[in-house]
Amino acid sequence: MDKMLLIKKGAEASLYLTEWHSRKVIMKKRLPKKYRHPDLDEQIRTYRTNHEPQLMHEAKKAGVPTPTIFLVDTRNATITMQFIEGKQVKQLLGEVPQTQRQNLCLKIGELVGRLHENGIIHGDLTTSNMILDAEGKIFFVDFGLGEKNKELEARGVDLQLMKRALQSTHFRFAEECFEAVMKGYLGVLGAETAKSVLDKIKEIEKRGRYVAERKRVMVD
Amino acid sequence: MTGKKAKEHYCLGIESSADDFGVGVTTFSGNVLANVISAHMPEKGGIHPREAARHHAEAASKVLEEAFTKSGIRPQDLSVIAFSQGPGLGPCLRTGATVARALSSYLNIPLVGVNHCIAHIEIGKLKSGAKDPATLYVSGGNTIVAAFDSGRYRVFGETLDVALGNCLDVFAREAGLHQKVGMPFGAIVEKLAEKGKRLIPLPYTVKGMDTSFSGLLTAAANLVKKGEYKLEDMCYSLQETAFSMVSEVTERALAHTEKKEVLLTGGVAANKRLQSMIKIIAEEHEAQFCVVPSEFAIDNGAMIAWTGVLAYTNGIATPIEESFVKLRWRLEEVEVPWIKCS
Repeated sequence: MDKMLLIKKGAEASLYLTEWHSRKVIMKKRLPKKYRHPDLDEQIRTYRTNHEPQLMHEAKKAGVPTPTIFLVDTRNATITMQFIEGKQVKQLLGEVPQTQRQNLCLKIGELVGRLHENGIIHGDLTTSNMILDAEGKIFFVDFGLGEKNKELEARGVDLQLMKRALQSTHFRFAEECFEAVMKGYLGVLGAETAKSVLDKIKEIEKRGRYVAERKRVMVD
Repeated sequence: MTGKKAKEHYCLGIESSADDFGVGVTTFSGNVLANVISAHMPEKGGIHPREAARHHAEAASKVLEEAFTKSGIRPQDLSVIAFSQGPGLGPCLRTGATVARALSSYLNIPLVGVNHCIAHIEIGKLKSGAKDPATLYVSGGNTIVAAFDSGRYRVFGETLDVALGNCLDVFAREAGLHQKVGMPFGAIVEKLAEKGKRLIPLPYTVKGMDTSFSGLLTAAANLVKKGEYKLEDMCYSLQETAFSMVSEVTERALAHTEKKEVLLTGGVAANKRLQSMIKIIAEEHEAQFCVVPSEFAIDNGAMIAWTGVLAYTNGIATPIEESFVKLRWRLEEVEVPWIKCS
C-alpha cells in the first residue's frame, strides 16, 4: 500500500488520499468509535459502509455526479473511491460573485431534484458535502446517512437540513441561496411537487422546538 | 491600583422555566454567592404546568429569603434583577417573571430577561473555564448542539421530537420507577445502567445533525413493559443508544466548527457515562473537555444571575413593558454582545 495521507478527519469517518492501481483514490475509513459500545459501533459502521456505495451508485445512475466506487471492504469498514479534485461548495459560496453563487445553488437544486426523483435521500445535504471540479461538475459526497425513500416527509427533512446548513454556515445569503436551490429543484420535479415539499419544510420547521412562527407571544 | 476596594455589584437571578424554582446571587465578577433551588416533584406523571407554577408561587419567598441569607447581602445591595424569560412552560415562567418584576420595581433597579438555554451555556463556561466551546446542552426540555459563530450562538443540531432527559424520565416512569428529592429519574436510570451488561438492540436515529428519541422511547417502553429483559440491561441499553446518538451529533459539530473545547451542560450532563463519551470525543479531536458541575447542571438561579450580569454590563436591560415571557425563545434569536466576534 502506498502512503496514506489523512486529508480529513471527519466525525464519522477519516478520509485518506492514497494511490490504488496508480490512481489517486480516497479511502473512507469508518474507524471504531471508542465512546460507543463495541456491538453498537460495529453494527452502525457495517451498515453505513454497505449502504453508502449502493446509494452513490444509484445517485450516479440518476445523473448526479458521485465518486466512482472501486472497492468496498466491509470487515474494515473502508470504501475506496475516486478522488475528486475540486473545491468544496462551502468555501466557494462565500468567495464567488452573486451570479455565480445563484448558478451554483440552482445546479445544486437540480441535483437534489434528481436524487429525490429517483427515491434517494442524501441525509446530510451540507455545502461541505458538495465539490465543484475543474469541469464545473458538482459532485455529491458522503451518503453515509442516506436512504432509499420516496416519501414527502423524507424529502422535506432532506431539504430542510440543506436550508439549515445554509443558515448556519452562510447566513448572510442563506435566503437567496435556498431560493435558488428550490428553483433548480422545481425545474426537475415540477411546480406541484416542489410546492408540496416546500409546504412540508414549513411544517417540519413548525414542528421544531420554539419556532418563531409557532410562537404565540404571551402577555401577562 | 489604589488600596481602596472597589464596590462590588450583585445580580439576583430567578429561574422558573419548568419544575424547579431557583434563586441565585452572583457578583459582577462571576462569584456565585448563593444558589438555592426548590424542586417540584409530582406524586405521579410528568410536570403539570399549573401545579408546578403553584409550587413556585408558594416556594418563592422562602427560596428568596434563603438566597439572601446565604449570600449575606441585603436586597438594597443588588444592582440588577435577572429572570428566566424563556423558553419554558408559560405558567411557570410567568410566576418567576412576576417575582422579578416586583423586586425590580420595589428596589427600583433594572430588570434583565435571560434566555434559559444561553444561561446553561454561560454558567457552564464560567464554571468550567471554557472560552469558546462547541456545546452539548442536554436536559429534560432541551437537546441542543450549539456553538458561537459570527455574533450569535448557532444551533448545529437538536432533537426533532422529545428531549434526551425527557426520554429517560418517561422511560423510568413507564418502568414503574419512582423519583425522590436528590434522586431524580435520570440518576436512578444511571445507577441501574451501571449494573447492566447486555446490549439490547434499540432504534438508533440520527438525521444529519439532528436526533430523534421518540422511536427509541416507544421501543424501550414497550420492551420494559413486556418484562423480557432485566431492567438493568434495559437502562444500560437505553443509555448506550441515546448517548451514542447525541455523542455522534456532538462530534459532527465539533469536526465542523473545529472548536478547541467541548462543553457538556444541562441536567443530563451530570450523567457519568455521558461525560465519559463526550470526553473521549474531545480527546480524539484534541479539544478540551469541559463539564458543568452538578450543582449548576440542573436548572438554577445562579446561571440566570450570571447571564444577567453579562447582558446588563453589555448594555442590555428589559423594560417592564417588554418583560413578557417568551415560551419558544430560540437561542439563536438572542444577541450576545458579551462575546467578541471570532
